Amino acid sequence: MLSYFLRRLLTAIPVMFFVAVFIFLLLRLTPGDPAQAIAGDQATPAQLEQIRESLGLNEPLSTQFFTWVGRMAKGDFGQSLISQQPVLQMIGQRIGPTIALALTAMGLTVLISLPMGVLAAWRHGGLTDRAVMAFSVIGFSVPIFVIGYVLIGVFAVNLRWFPVQGYKPLADGFWPFAHRIFLPGLALASIYIALVSRMTRASMLEVLREDYVRTARAKGLSEIVVLFRHALRNAAIPILTVVGTGFAMMISGVVVTETVFNIPGLGRLVVDAVLARDYPLIQAIILLTAGTYVVINLLIDLSYALTDPRIRYQ
Amino acid sequence: MTSAPVLSVRDLKVVTTARNPAEILKGISFDIFPGETLCLVGESGSGKSVTSLVSMDLLPRGELAVAGGEVLLNDEDITKASPSRTRALRGSEMAMIFQEPMTALNPVLTIGLQMDEVFRAHRDMRKPERKAAALEAFESVSLPDPARIYDSFPHQLSGGQRQRVMIAMALALKPKLLIADEPTTALDVTTQKQILELIQRLKEEQNTAVLFITHDMGVVVDIADRVCVMRHGEIVETGKVQDVLSQPKEQYTRDLLAAVPSLTPRKARPQEGQEKVLELIGVNKIFSFQSFISKLLGHEEHSVHAVNDVSFRLDRGRTLGIVGESGSGKSSVARCILRLEDPTSGAVVVNGNDIVPLRGQKALAEARRAVQMIFQDPNRSLNPRLRVGESLIEGPLNSGEARAEAMARAGDILEIVRLPRESLDRYPHQFSGGQRQRIAIARALMMSPDVIVADEAVSALDVSVQAQVLELLAEVQKRQNLAVLFITHDLRVAAQICDDVMVMQRGKVVEFGPAEQVLAHPQHAYTRDLINAAPGRDWDFAKGRNIGALV
Repeated sequence: MLSYFLRRLLTAIPVMFFVAVFIFLLLRLTPGDPAQAIAGDQATPAQLEQIRESLGLNEPLSTQFFTWVGRMAKGDFGQSLISQQPVLQMIGQRIGPTIALALTAMGLTVLISLPMGVLAAWRHGGLTDRAVMAFSVIGFSVPIFVIGYVLIGVFAVNLRWFPVQGYKPLADGFWPFAHRIFLPGLALASIYIALVSRMTRASMLEVLREDYVRTARAKGLSEIVVLFRHALRNAAIPILTVVGTGFAMMISGVVVTETVFNIPGLGRLVVDAVLARDYPLIQAIILLTAGTYVVINLLIDLSYALTDPRIRYQ
Repeated sequence: MTSAPVLSVRDLKVVTTARNPAEILKGISFDIFPGETLCLVGESGSGKSVTSLVSMDLLPRGELAVAGGEVLLNDEDITKASPSRTRALRGSEMAMIFQEPMTALNPVLTIGLQMDEVFRAHRDMRKPERKAAALEAFESVSLPDPARIYDSFPHQLSGGQRQRVMIAMALALKPKLLIADEPTTALDVTTQKQILELIQRLKEEQNTAVLFITHDMGVVVDIADRVCVMRHGEIVETGKVQDVLSQPKEQYTRDLLAAVPSLTPRKARPQEGQEKVLELIGVNKIFSFQSFISKLLGHEEHSVHAVNDVSFRLDRGRTLGIVGESGSGKSSVARCILRLEDPTSGAVVVNGNDIVPLRGQKALAEARRAVQMIFQDPNRSLNPRLRVGESLIEGPLNSGEARAEAMARAGDILEIVRLPRESLDRYPHQFSGGQRQRIAIARALMMSPDVIVADEAVSALDVSVQAQVLELLAEVQKRQNLAVLFITHDLRVAAQICDDVMVMQRGKVVEFGPAEQVLAHPQHAYTRDLINAAPGRDWDFAKGRNIGALV
């Protein structure tokens, strides 16, 4: 198991290398000049040239690439072209809210969608099942910003249960944090609740037909035990896959939610960086996202082995 | 019998809950008394399993429903009891074991936990007591090393061991009624014999009433006190096992008994020419497993000698049977002949050419035409999305035949296997299991083969259908002068259709010779074990009398 884990980590190195090459070239191919962005419209050609020289933008592409990779290996991800702050520091300031939001959303997804999916499969074809399916269609088809504004309108503006916008870190106390993160978390979770409850239902429907479920019932076990101990664990693998990839997608896809709820997270940092052609910052964020995907994929694979004893990695 | 029946089924009716309800059980009645084994016997679709599920209150909800009658367990009507009451009865008063030990245990939970649940659900016992009881239950079904079994997962046990675990779980709380639904059908004959003896022994020790469901008349002979013959949801005939088997009153029972192949081998057919079409010379197949890391560390590689020095020859018009239990290597031999696996060493000579050194589809094309295979399960070997015609002409199209011509020929061949020509436009699910196996035979014939390899080709079929398919295969063989390599675990089938028989055990051929020699006068101890384990071997089904030991 450990050796499997280490080997998977090793294979992540070439993956990350190719991601780095790809990002680097992609950014250089897109139109727009960072020097122009820094200097503004009034800059003379001499000033532009000077800025390019100082940023190393006049070097050959390969030199630029290896300088960049070499620095990263030493932990130096460069400085923002705009704010002149170290990129890592900027990301560090913004990643807290994003991770908090993604974790809340994922927690809500699992808490809500697993019981929903199990119940729908158990009462297959009944009223509960149809209600769950209808709910999941809504979750899929209504855009996140609409769900966000509806939640704000109902629970914040009318009922006044939650604040309209804003974010407080966990360090300021659990209640202020939870109070502010709940609605954005739910809005972000809506599509994943739809997805995971559907997946759970489909996977459970298959497992409930298995012989061992009949055996469990023949032993006189209660339905709760049959559903959650015997069936759900066997149905877990596709569900884990969706939850895992969903989580990775959340990290990179929180822009809309952060905007609607005015949360100072990573998503908005990306948007600002892209608009300003802030190469070092964009590169670092995309690399970070790719790294998250690789790690989460590895965790998904390991979780398979933990739920199913027949899976043992060589 | 003086005591009251444990289970009493009265005029039980079960219907499907679809818009046009169909009757699955049409008012059946029977009693089982303590210490008695009642066999429900019948072909697939006769309603035997539904009967057992009603008794356990396990009918699939939303598909089947009880429409009338009663099921009395110790005078309590199961069909009217509340769900919580039947749940309390399940596992404690009545218990069930199922057909597939491979799938009947939950793969992700330990055996110990699954056993523990039985005690936890029904008894107020503390953890150490429960564990002691579990180990004792494993002991009582003769499982080796109960402590290790307790901590194992199902996939770490053999099929026979898993079925023992199932029996231990079912009988842990000494239920009054044990329902066994085809409990040995998926097991090898020698394992089957042990499991049947185990059920018999525990029944006598605990005075349990056993409802035993089977399609195998041989098993009926070995285990039943009384028998109910079922057909289309009705009990056709019932009585003491000896009476029903020796003097069946109903035509259906007589037909069913007549379809059971005899263990007495038929004489080999006289051989006309001696045209060799297939020969294996010293074929070996070794599967080895070694990961890259363990290779680096210089660990020994883990290998299985699946086929060990197998040689035989097969002439045109002859049938060679390969018999053996699961894991004996008989299917690996077939896969080597078709080059679905590459033999590790040796020669496979098809029509005079050794095909082992050949590489690539082009080089193998001629051998692939000459040797055609029929698989075990026609439900899965035909592509459900392709019309039968498309499935039939796929091979010929690949070898360059024109589409219209191939389709015309497919129609002719369907008529040879006695299916209407219109079947070309239909899909596999529109046919019964027996008809699908005919289509599989037709598909093999499309390539005008010299050899047909049939791997357990009739094992998934009911006896009456099995008899028809075997008859068809014999007729086709004669007509086209084919050589047939017939792989089976069923000695009865082998005795009826093979000229020569080869017995395999753990990859090796232990005995090889004319069927009447090998099956009537076996030389090797393993062959004798196999024949002794064949269920109902003392009974002559055609004549309805006990014939005593054959060997």
